[in-house]
Amino acid sequence: MSKKRKLGRGVALVGAGMSPFGMFGDQDSKDLFVEAFQSMIDSVDRGLDPKDIDAIYLGNFTNDYFVQQSHWGAILADTLGLVPKPATRVEGACASSALAFREAVFAIASGYYDIVLVGGFEDMSKQTTEEVAEGLALAASPYERQAGFTFPGVFGAIATAYFDRYGATREHLMDVTIKSHDNAPLNPKAQYQRSIKDMMASKIERAKKQGKPVPDWNDEKQFLSDPRANPVVAWPMHLFDCSPISDGAACMLLVGEEIARSFTDEPLYVVGLGQASGRALHAADDLTYFEATRFAAKEAYEMSGLTPADIQFAEVHDCFSIAEILHIEDLGFFKAGEGYKAVEDGLTRLDGPRPINTSGGLKCKGHPVGATGVAQLVEVWEQLRYKAGKRQVRSGNLRIGAAHNLGGTGGTCTFTILERR
Amino acid sequence: MSPPVTDHSFVEFLHEEKLMGSKCAACDALFLPPRAFCVHCHRTEMNWVQMKGIGKLTAFTSIAIGPPFMIKQGFDRSNPYCMAVIELAEGPRVVARIEDVDALHPENIKIGMALKVRFLPRDDLEKGVTPLTFTPINGE
Repeated sequence: MSKKRKLGRGVALVGAGMSPFGMFGDQDSKDLFVEAFQSMIDSVDRGLDPKDIDAIYLGNFTNDYFVQQSHWGAILADTLGLVPKPATRVEGACASSALAFREAVFAIASGYYDIVLVGGFEDMSKQTTEEVAEGLALAASPYERQAGFTFPGVFGAIATAYFDRYGATREHLMDVTIKSHDNAPLNPKAQYQRSIKDMMASKIERAKKQGKPVPDWNDEKQFLSDPRANPVVAWPMHLFDCSPISDGAACMLLVGEEIARSFTDEPLYVVGLGQASGRALHAADDLTYFEATRFAAKEAYEMSGLTPADIQFAEVHDCFSIAEILHIEDLGFFKAGEGYKAVEDGLTRLDGPRPINTSGGLKCKGHPVGATGVAQLVEVWEQLRYKAGKRQVRSGNLRIGAAHNLGGTGGTCTFTILERR
Repeated sequence: MSPPVTDHSFVEFLHEEKLMGSKCAACDALFLPPRAFCVHCHRTEMNWVQMKGIGKLTAFTSIAIGPPFMIKQGFDRSNPYCMAVIELAEGPRVVARIEDVDALHPENIKIGMALKVRFLPRDDLEKGVTPLTFTPINGE
């Protein structure tokens, strides 16, 4: 089973961009993707003539259901003026565009294409919350849906199993949320632009102005413990443990390694790739880790010859706060059962030794599901090229960053390692 | 004749108040919900086996915002419901709702608690909704 895999030809990343993430009632998938495409072109140091793109790989999860329109590969090829270039849409729930990224890498590594556009997009906010929940539940196992589970419910159950095994509590979930809300205001494209402290201050201000009882929160955890401010969704998952409903798009340009320097002096190289499948909730023997994350990580580490200690920072799939804690363990950054302590000790904060989700994560940057996998890699691109502005990781000479993307309730996981040489 | 090993048969058995799994004739692996294809030895000769219907709680959540078919049954923020992963005495795990627990105070629900199966009457169910639930065993 365990075999060291390698690409037949090196693949480099030479451009990356994204639309702002948020709820945009006046923009659809085409509008958002055009914005991401323009942002990607602007990032290519020596410029890109779109006519040179050989092929397009796109990730999208729910457009068939939410906007009653499929066949998005061809629609976006036309929108971008790239007809007759081949366009392929890939579906892997919330990991859709990480899968598109892998397919694009393989297409170049095979020698068939030289210059490939890869992207992801999702258009979710025109639905009601109930409709979005129904749409996302398409990625759960049929047994979970029929029994009455929801997505937050599955992650809530995972949290209780983890708490029971290791002694973590809801307060540790709050540490994850507070960190994400601290990072996001440093990211101009993030959906949420306020820290928890800022939100508390503005709610107190508003209460005073309206002559209403002024909340007496002393710190962020008191705010997050207040059921009026942070109501339960699926215990122990509360509103602030859940990623939001978002619209957005992200894309990047991948090329054969030997032509990378005709686009930029600072290409990034795809050195580790991993993808794995996981089981339904009832079929897993142990709910305190994600089998597919562990397998994907192993594959990527073996391919790259790197170890978890080499990964200087990472974006990990925090669709729910508990998921971030499990994943930083599954990826080998911290031992099993110690992820929550690492978060509590600030080790994953922007100024900590292992920054996690510098973008604000899915929780605060936003989670337009099909865009997320590529958007995570856009953050790694900006960090490794020192273009991350106020949220730039300052520790050491940045050389290696990674992104972990999860689909469904762990049915699909990917891990991708990028290197600046 | 034994019914085919399908989800449909599994649900029909539940309506007869039988919790049935499939057992691989070649390697004895036990599956519930049933599998027609053994994921261990990749053979297809399966026999139906009835479970005792007792188990223990391994993970749970209290859902305040459920899917439409649960909302229709009257579940909401003021009346949440408990969903769980239950490990059966025979080994396999199932997902099901737990009745007769205080879902408004989930911090009092304990992992490891003993549970027994309770089948919901077919007439009360919407199409496609599972009749399988569990309740605490008395004394828990």
